[in-house]
Amino acid sequence: MLELRAVTAGYDRRAPVVRDAHLTVAPGEAVGLLGPSGCGKSTLARVAALLHRPDAGEVVLDGTPVRGFRHRAPREQRTAIGVVFQQPRLAADPRLRLADLIAEPLRATGRRASAADRVRELAGTVGLTPDLLGRRPHEVSDGQLQRACLARALSLRPRWLVCDEMTAMLDASTTAALVRVVEDYRASTGAGLLSVGHDRTLLTRWCDRTVPWEAVAAG
Amino acid sequence: MTPEPLLSVRDLSVRFLLPGGRRVDAVSDASFDVAPGECLALIGESGCGKSVLASALLGLLPANARTAGHAHLGDLDLLTADEPTLARTVRGRRVGLVPQSPAAHLTPVRTIRSHIEETVTRLTGVRGRSARRKAAEQASLRAEFPLDHLDRHPHELSGGLAQRAATALALIGDAPLLLADEPTTGLDRDLVDRTVDELRRHVDDGHALLMITHDLAAAERIADRVAVMYAGRIVELTDAGAFFGSPGPRHPYSRGLLEALPERSFTPVPGLPPELGSLPEGCAFAPRCDRATDICGALPFFENTVACHHPVPAPAAPHATRTPEDTRA
Ligand code: SF4
Repeated sequence: MLELRAVTAGYDRRAPVVRDAHLTVAPGEAVGLLGPSGCGKSTLARVAALLHRPDAGEVVLDGTPVRGFRHRAPREQRTAIGVVFQQPRLAADPRLRLADLIAEPLRATGRRASAADRVRELAGTVGLTPDLLGRRPHEVSDGQLQRACLARALSLRPRWLVCDEMTAMLDASTTAALVRVVEDYRASTGAGLLSVGHDRTLLTRWCDRTVPWEAVAAG
Repeated sequence: MTPEPLLSVRDLSVRFLLPGGRRVDAVSDASFDVAPGECLALIGESGCGKSVLASALLGLLPANARTAGHAHLGDLDLLTADEPTLARTVRGRRVGLVPQSPAAHLTPVRTIRSHIEETVTRLTGVRGRSARRKAAEQASLRAEFPLDHLDRHPHELSGGLAQRAATALALIGDAPLLLADEPTTGLDRDLVDRTVDELRRHVDDGHALLMITHDLAAAERIADRVAVMYAGRIVELTDAGAFFGSPGPRHPYSRGLLEALPERSFTPVPGLPPELGSLPEGCAFAPRCDRATDICGALPFFENTVACHHPVPAPAAPHATRTPEDTRA
């Protein structure tokens, strides 16, 4: 289970953007969190991905309460979660070739030796052709870069995926392609998904259940 | 029947020359018209050349770009006009730009009022402090920008209000042609609808609108006609009602794009678009197309509403309805 219990979070303790949020994702389940922009759902997604420490409340991952966030998160918890953000350009180091971008988590966890093979396999999974792997972010389209970011998120075979407006910048075909990659991955691994977004049609088509922001967090 | 076009684009091509003799064919042989009181939506995925086309119409291409063809706005050819002409008489006065991500387009340290007043001074004959103030407030109201937010800075506005501020600026010069470049990117669906409805109001007031977008729902809501761009070429240009409704698009790529929508079959078009730097000689969609045959190795000409050797047949009988393609997924 990925559980968010009474999470309050933000960037200024006096004015939290998320108050008292509760949300549970079961293994293998796909949950859509639907809310307008600026409601705090991205902040909650960052908490769920262990990238932002909540001011109050807790995150419980597969039964173990999370004690540290960001680089303080224990490695086995951090690597259990893959994250994809809305804007691939903000999420990708512009100096890295796509192959190195995808391999980042592999290298950081000492899997350097097997990285090249795994990168090739992942590129195939997300539909990136080999010639694109040698390019840097400014040499590819938003859609191609987001494919690479998704490959990076899958590289350590996470049990949980958090997608924060993953397709908001993309055209219909690339959106459908990336959602299919996520769903194929989940079908073969049993991973759970928290997909945060503002597009009701997309989330209800994609996820097992979709919850509105008001039902998750206090106003 | 159709009113005289305001903008008439013929065989517009844009090439980028890169170091090492490489060449990128960003736009090839695009032809279309936009009339007053009409919205043409130019749709396609990112990197298909549609933003380059917009930059070409505004004379905002980088120095390594080469253009060919014509883009007539009245008696002026936008492609050959010199920069002083474009700066003094075209941008803002004859073509109003509604930009993508307006927050980035506005200067962060100045209030919205100061932006609008400056544009009023630059584009209209209004002089004097109180007259300028009044004109700025009228401009705000035309775009439904709330007057009590005029003294705010761009970062203090929601995405929707920033978009209205940008629209207000685009409307000040009373340009007959509006060019909106992905005006709904990053906005919530409600806000997309509202932004699009506001733009439509300006179309109904007699403006011609060329809207560039990858958002098919926004295009469906606003457009009279739709042009689909793939790999730098317009592959289909047709009536919006026929495109989004019955009989549906006729070009295999357009069909694939529509079918990818979550409210339809949610099936992606297989593969990736080609590189604009190394386009094939024939139809650029062939590697992804399930209707391709040998003759697709030759470039299809634009006929009727599509550029395709094997377009999905137009319905023969009036009773023919859209065939459900979902089962093929
Ligand atoms: S010309 Fe041929 S390959 Fe191109 S879209 Fe038409 S059928 Fe497909």
